[in-house]
Amino acid sequence: MGATAEAKRQLVRMRGRSYVAFVFAPEIPIVGWLEEIDATLARSPGFFVGKPVVLDLAALDLSRAAITHLLNNLEERSIRVLGIEGVEPEKLTTSMPPLLTGGRSCVITRTETRTEPAEKPESKPKPNSLLLDSPVRSGQSIVFTDGDVTVLGSVGSGAEIVAGGSIHIYGTLRGRAMAGVNGNASARIYCQKIEAELLAIDGYYQTAEEIDVSLRNRPAQAWLQGDTMKITPLN
Amino acid sequence: MAKVLVVTSGKGGVGKTTSTAALGAALAQSGASVVVIDFDVGLRNLDLVMGAERRVVFDLINVVHGVAKLQQALIRDKRLENLWLLPASQTRDKDALTDEGVGRIIAELRTKFDWILCDSPAGIERGAMLAMRYADEAVIVTNPEVSSVRDSDRIIGMLDSKTVKAERGERVAKHVLITRYDPARAARGEMLSIDDILEILATPLLGIIPESQDVLRASNVGCPVTLNNVTSAPARAYVDAARRLMGETVDMTVPAERRGLMNRLLGRRAA
Repeated sequence: MGATAEAKRQLVRMRGRSYVAFVFAPEIPIVGWLEEIDATLARSPGFFVGKPVVLDLAALDLSRAAITHLLNNLEERSIRVLGIEGVEPEKLTTSMPPLLTGGRSCVITRTETRTEPAEKPESKPKPNSLLLDSPVRSGQSIVFTDGDVTVLGSVGSGAEIVAGGSIHIYGTLRGRAMAGVNGNASARIYCQKIEAELLAIDGYYQTAEEIDVSLRNRPAQAWLQGDTMKITPLN
Repeated sequence: MAKVLVVTSGKGGVGKTTSTAALGAALAQSGASVVVIDFDVGLRNLDLVMGAERRVVFDLINVVHGVAKLQQALIRDKRLENLWLLPASQTRDKDALTDEGVGRIIAELRTKFDWILCDSPAGIERGAMLAMRYADEAVIVTNPEVSSVRDSDRIIGMLDSKTVKAERGERVAKHVLITRYDPARAARGEMLSIDDILEILATPLLGIIPESQDVLRASNVGCPVTLNNVTSAPARAYVDAARRLMGETVDMTVPAERRGLMNRLLGRRAA
């Protein structure tokens, strides 16, 4: 023991560091505010477990006894208070959490994984194409914003296809085709026969009237060049 | 094995009711027991075309609501003893139909008849949806014009998604029946051609019924055209279509009006 006492004196180094904590600002009446807390806990039990919580009493004028009472109430709900702010130092006793100052607001990023059920098995990556092997009939609307849509058959007049990627139609396109709806300007529309009511890529559209009649009934593709839509025959 | 067949179109006035009556009578003539059901609640017509309007006591809605038994509402045809009609109510509307009630009636009819033909109302609302709901097969009546073809396309899409069969992952067998076809006008390009229609609908053809005064004449006397004038062009076309429904292979022709010798000699009057 003596040996250790003789050893070089260890300097206690103090560093400042700020952390993120939940701030509770109780409101009057306290009873009502505690009911709100209870409602939150009923919806997601254990929500505050293990989370640092700071009590902001700036909006209230509580006596020492009232603060003690409030802290006890929170403790009963398994909410541990890390510190208190917005109150005169003389109101706090040594058994209470310390007074905090210099708090700054920030966005709390949710990193709660422990309350979730055990790690989900690795989910399959989302498919990035959709295949339809029957004609798309008038009145049907196919919306697939994750990628390409391929139709083995025709798209009827009054039907519409909305795709995040390109649209491929092995048949006659008589309805509406909207490709690249998520802002994908390089998406294209291909069809074996073009009689489309409307073509759109990344928000730029052409109606049937604007489509060159010489293209009608031929295989064609549509793409964007800058902000103009090009439609050209495929053979 | 009973078959439930819906006669539908989406568009009105294309000949659903006429076709239901004509096909029903043609199927019954071949010996099968047939019931035709009018789903056009509030605007019933099938009773008139069948010539049974003066014998309606109870109707589909009464049976759906359990007011009457099915046997009380069924009307036997006066000409064919194995042809029956279940009329619609004229005083109610389509909201009086319930999915459960229609299902119960169809299930009961399946035990009694070979063919159950459902005459769908126009539109895509409740009446039309319930008419197709329990169908095994569908006849889509189409006129050779763009509006009718597009509506038919829409109805085909619904047959593939809103029927009990579709919900079970099965397919409703679909047939296109082209009515009011005028070969002369089609030849002049004033009508959609048969090929155009079939290309758009991508559905097999059941028959081509030529435009004819015989259809109107038969409706006016309250008799299915296949019973009223058996030798007329539309009657022969409907009989051929009915045979195809029964699974026979019949050459697809467009029956033309038979013209007498004098008609042929003096067909057109010169100006």
